[in-house]
Amino acid sequence: MKRKHKRLTFVGVALVLLAGAAALVLSAFEENIVFFMSPTDIAANKVSENQRFRLGGLVEEGSVDRSGGETVTFKVTDITNSVAVTYTGILPDLFREAQGVVAEGRLKNGVFVADEVLAKHDETYMPPEVADALKKSGQWHGDEK
Amino acid sequence: MIAELGHFALVLAMMVAIAQSIVPMIGAYQNNIPWMRFGNHSAMGQFLLVAISFGCLMHAYVTSDFSVLNVVQNSHSAKPMLYKISGVWGNHEGSMLLWVLILAIFGAAVAAFGQYLPPALKARALSVQAMIAVGFYLFIILTSNPFERVFPPAVDGQDLNPLLQDPGLAIHPPMLYLGYVGFSMAFSFAIAALIEGRVDAAWARWVRPWTLAAWGFLTGGIALGSWWAYYELGWGGFWFWDPVENASFMPWLIGTALLHSCIVVEKRDTMKAWTVFLAILAFSFSLLGTFLVRSGVLTSVHAFATDPERGVFILILLLIVVGGSLALYAWRAPQLRSTGLFQPISREGALLLNNLLMGTAAGVVLLGTLYPLFIDAISDGQDKISVGPPFFNAVFIPLMTPMIVAMAIGPLLPWKRGDLGKALKTLWLSFALAILCGLATWTLQSGQSPWGIVGVAIASWLIIGTLTEVAGRIRLFKIPVGDSVRRFINLPRASWGMTLAHLGLAMTVAGVTGAGAWTVERVQSMAPGDTVQVSGYDFRFDGAEQKQGPNYLATEGKFTVTKNGNFVTVLYPEKRTYTVRQMATTEAGIHTLISGDLYGVIGDSKSDGSYVTRIYFNPLVVWMWIGAISMMIGSGLSLSDRRYRVGAPTRTSSSTQQPQAAE
Repeated sequence: MKRKHKRLTFVGVALVLLAGAAALVLSAFEENIVFFMSPTDIAANKVSENQRFRLGGLVEEGSVDRSGGETVTFKVTDITNSVAVTYTGILPDLFREAQGVVAEGRLKNGVFVADEVLAKHDETYMPPEVADALKKSGQWHGDEK
Repeated sequence: MIAELGHFALVLAMMVAIAQSIVPMIGAYQNNIPWMRFGNHSAMGQFLLVAISFGCLMHAYVTSDFSVLNVVQNSHSAKPMLYKISGVWGNHEGSMLLWVLILAIFGAAVAAFGQYLPPALKARALSVQAMIAVGFYLFIILTSNPFERVFPPAVDGQDLNPLLQDPGLAIHPPMLYLGYVGFSMAFSFAIAALIEGRVDAAWARWVRPWTLAAWGFLTGGIALGSWWAYYELGWGGFWFWDPVENASFMPWLIGTALLHSCIVVEKRDTMKAWTVFLAILAFSFSLLGTFLVRSGVLTSVHAFATDPERGVFILILLLIVVGGSLALYAWRAPQLRSTGLFQPISREGALLLNNLLMGTAAGVVLLGTLYPLFIDAISDGQDKISVGPPFFNAVFIPLMTPMIVAMAIGPLLPWKRGDLGKALKTLWLSFALAILCGLATWTLQSGQSPWGIVGVAIASWLIIGTLTEVAGRIRLFKIPVGDSVRRFINLPRASWGMTLAHLGLAMTVAGVTGAGAWTVERVQSMAPGDTVQVSGYDFRFDGAEQKQGPNYLATEGKFTVTKNGNFVTVLYPEKRTYTVRQMATTEAGIHTLISGDLYGVIGDSKSDGSYVTRIYFNPLVVWMWIGAISMMIGSGLSLSDRRYRVGAPTRTSSSTQQPQAAE
């Protein structure tokens, strides 16, 4: 093989790889991207039933109900609006009332059925989306540091 | 007083670093030996000063000096000693101090062990190293001073985040940083080589040990973090494609590529510009990782309290380092001429393929990690998205599968020009066994994900393929067995290293496949005496009792596990509440079997005396950890290869004078 051809082979392999990767990325993006919504977004009908998304806000005080066995229900609020959530399983250790929370799942008959509730490692950590959702609804009380 | 001493030592270290970034560089230009040697002394001095500074902070922690703000926020007098010590780096300020300490350790190591390096290259590398250090000293001193005092002193501390009070996580950050920061060495050598306009086999031989060391530590650091998540978070998972995890994974991918391309430069004198580029990239990814973790721009389940202002500082540092080095690269790299020619099907070609796949993999991880930021910026904050495990799995697995298939073939190809057919013929046994294992998996599993079958098949392909390569080296069954054994013992350590690292990856693939494809999870409420069956094992809940730890209260559950009536083990999962922070943590009860882990978690109690419990059977998980250990041992063995110690690499046709063992 001539030097030129060899170089072409390498460039060709690299291009095929990149094209393959790009195709993979695009198709994966299409199927696997999850939008983040606040309770106000849901109240404004921005979400359709059965669309998978992440819900973020504060756990409403006094709303956590653990009476249903392993299924827990609670409300997520951005103060302006709130949404009922059900989750089956063990909640993360840092799940608390009046604390920020992010849950992933689908809306069914107005109730958010979460299949994942994200844990944090630090009680002073607020997911940026939750902070933004609170800012949007005008309920953000500065950066408490 | 001691805290002030620590602060002072840190400022002094910065002064030394400033001098070190200027003097040896000028010395190298003017061929002024004493000026170049200044780098050696200053690197030692810097190390000493940072070590003093770090020691002072550790002293404050060990003696629970609650007049130091950092100690108040992250320690408590009742905390066990191990966590008082690990608390030093269990917070932002302290971890940045650890970062510069490790940077200084590497600098001092070059000064101490680099006696065979050409003085100019060494001087320039140490100078570049010092420039990076100056940036980080400034960062610590201006934005994150760990020695800040509080007045009046606090009565007691606020304790370390309980999740961090764990032996695995105590040594995770130092390991990870040894890896992250270790790539700074390859980076400094790359920049020095660009300035000199010269990259040759000797250069690659100097860079490779540093890269190997960094890679081994990074592997260990990632594995430890993953192990910690596995047993401490109680989700039964070990890898979540979270931004913070990706931040450590991207430098690992690029570092792996760099490791392999260095071999080509060393042996074949080609792919030089590419290798230099990878060295720059590996450290840039380390910095990017630091930025992502420290700034909190991305939502992460692993994120700790973050501070955007500090993020901006690191971002600027990142831009200077990446921008500056890439500009230098664009200017100088065309001068790096390669002489070695090779055909696409050859050892070089295989290593290049590894590089391309690793690079592409790092690229898609980067894209997936930063994509939410793009969308946020483009939509002006209106659209918030998250890119989760499904995306990464969908992209990453198809990229890694050909990679692993090629991994068994590559080492069988000769340099320059290879014969693919011949290599494949040698691998007939691997192929047959891989198909067999795949088929066995297919019949055993009840119609689940196809990736399980692929995973098992490629893992066994790689294991047998790697062993085939060793068998070929020792000419097993071709010469008398005794001679083969002798050859086996005398194999160079570097080739042992490769074998172990490749086997390690195969085992890790098997573990990831097992846990990813066939984990069985059951969540239920159980009263004492209840039994639940998972994967053929009966878990009987025997109730829970309260326990008092040194700084926490725990509810300890008891599960007796039996299989077909035969006793297997007892699991004691805990749910702890740390008294100072009133924060709960989960300690999973795990019993490891070769076939998989029995994994139990106890949750909240209910009024009727029952508990919510989570039981998992995680197949093959232990192989992941064994694989990671094997990769680390591999890098260690490779590092100890006598080539790097004896027969000091010398430059052919050298224009620079060889020193008579400088220092």
